[in-house]
Amino acid sequence: MADPIVVAEGLRKSFGDVRALRGLDLNVREGTVCGVLGPNGAGKTTAVRVFATLAVPDAGHARVAGHDVVRAAGEVRARIGLAGQRAAVDEKLTGRGNLRMFGRLSHLSRREAHRRADELLDRFGLAEAADRRVAGYSGGLRRRLDLIASLVRRPQVLFLDEPTTGLDPRSRGEIWDAVRELVADGTTVLLTTQYLDEADRLADDVVVVDHGRVIATGTPDELKATIGDRLDVVVDDPADLPRAAAVLTRLAGAEPRATGDDRLSVALPGGLRPAGIVRELDRAGVDAADVRLRRPTLDEVFLRLTDRTEAAR
Amino acid sequence: MTRLRWALADGLTLVGRELGRLRRDPGELVAALLFPAVMVVLFGYVFGSAIGVPGGGDYREYLMPGLFAMVTFSSLMGVLTRTAADASRGVMDRFRSMPMARSAVPFGQTGADVLIGLLMLAVMAGAGLLAGWRPHLGPVATVQAFALMAVLRYALGWAGVYAGLVVRDERVADALVPLALPVTMVSNAFVPTGGMPGWLRLLADWNPVSALTAAARELFGNPGAPGPDAAWPLAHPVAAVLLWSAALLAIFVPLSLRALSL
Repeated sequence: MADPIVVAEGLRKSFGDVRALRGLDLNVREGTVCGVLGPNGAGKTTAVRVFATLAVPDAGHARVAGHDVVRAAGEVRARIGLAGQRAAVDEKLTGRGNLRMFGRLSHLSRREAHRRADELLDRFGLAEAADRRVAGYSGGLRRRLDLIASLVRRPQVLFLDEPTTGLDPRSRGEIWDAVRELVADGTTVLLTTQYLDEADRLADDVVVVDHGRVIATGTPDELKATIGDRLDVVVDDPADLPRAAAVLTRLAGAEPRATGDDRLSVALPGGLRPAGIVRELDRAGVDAADVRLRRPTLDEVFLRLTDRTEAAR
Repeated sequence: MTRLRWALADGLTLVGRELGRLRRDPGELVAALLFPAVMVVLFGYVFGSAIGVPGGGDYREYLMPGLFAMVTFSSLMGVLTRTAADASRGVMDRFRSMPMARSAVPFGQTGADVLIGLLMLAVMAGAGLLAGWRPHLGPVATVQAFALMAVLRYALGWAGVYAGLVVRDERVADALVPLALPVTMVSNAFVPTGGMPGWLRLLADWNPVSALTAAARELFGNPGAPGPDAAWPLAHPVAAVLLWSAALLAIFVPLSLRALSL
């Protein structure tokens, strides 16, 4: 297997008393999307800042595209793009003006910078807004400009720090489309997110981070498999809910979670079949409107994983 | 060598950025240029009607060097605000993650600011000439006076860069701006320091605004020459301004570059 294009080994970084990274290890395969998931304050942004040469780790090391982020920061900067949580573009310039400026600062010739700006604006559907000042852009448009501003020098690795936080669903979809298109071109993407569905849709690999450490890695499917399938039960009469809960507790060996007035959800150990459960519910006098076995969502995996680290502390 | 060339090119790109911002925001440009003209009218005619010049002479002749100094010092707050805005909006982080020279950011900011400052001084000189102010000592001394303002403005710009990087917050920066006014007022720019209480006079005499004002009066041949008992910076104003500039650069260039490389 080819060497991973982003490698972190034992990264540590503290800000005063706050230990943001406590020995973070991570690998990203070239040409994939790696989704870094974690609650607020888990250390996601600090990790990205280390990869993007904006912060120097206290211990451990990181390599991006074959170069050490501390010792060869210049080499790393020539190969990466960064789009942060805030739209880091100049409000007082036009969209086109911003892209041209970042092109010149990436050491493209004037002609090349102009050409690249036009190309990006066309490709990502910003041509119409290109000559307006960014101050008048909507949040989604601004974030898209920010994203393409990080593409001016065709990065090998793109770091996206919560690229869709605070955006409406439609704008999120547009950012996702843009990311997919980049990956099709061969760009490697490391994106941090609080949105589990974002990781589910975009990421080839998911890295779950909590308290500055990686607590799980795998494809979304692998992670879901670690906590087993889930059973959702909807009852006809909400009054039956306690009785249904008792049945499920007995069968699944765990207390089910109420997901509504008339529904329950529980992790199911292997070997139990829906038909058997319907029978048991029937015997207890519960009329089930719907009994369904499904894969867990990434949200459920995430809650389970972060609960566990919370309990271990 | 290539590194130096790129640093220069990046700096020029960022000078272009600042000028492009002004072009896209003509309101701001007009306000920035109107400000000096308004100052001439406000101080020259409103306050000037009630202030006498020590040793005689026209108040507007006395005033203009002070107004030039005031405009020069406006760079500190301007650069501070712009740098803090870049830092708080993540633009600075984007610059720092790019393969450009990190020093290009402050060089671009301060370079552009000097150009803006010269434009403001030109407008102010025009307003001054209309109000009856004249430089009396010939073109060489006149150019020297404006060059001295540009040098100090450039050095003050670096102090603004560092302050902006420390503040890192646009709102705090905006809140700091009004503080500039009293700093320029506690000086010899508008009134002689002789009548101030001792402690305030000490502050005013050693205020770099006073040194620049005194230097400009000397080089333009405007009234308000310091008396025999004047404090050292007022008795040797040109040297004092150059020393101030050198000290500001020696302190804030390394501090700013260090803050940017962290």
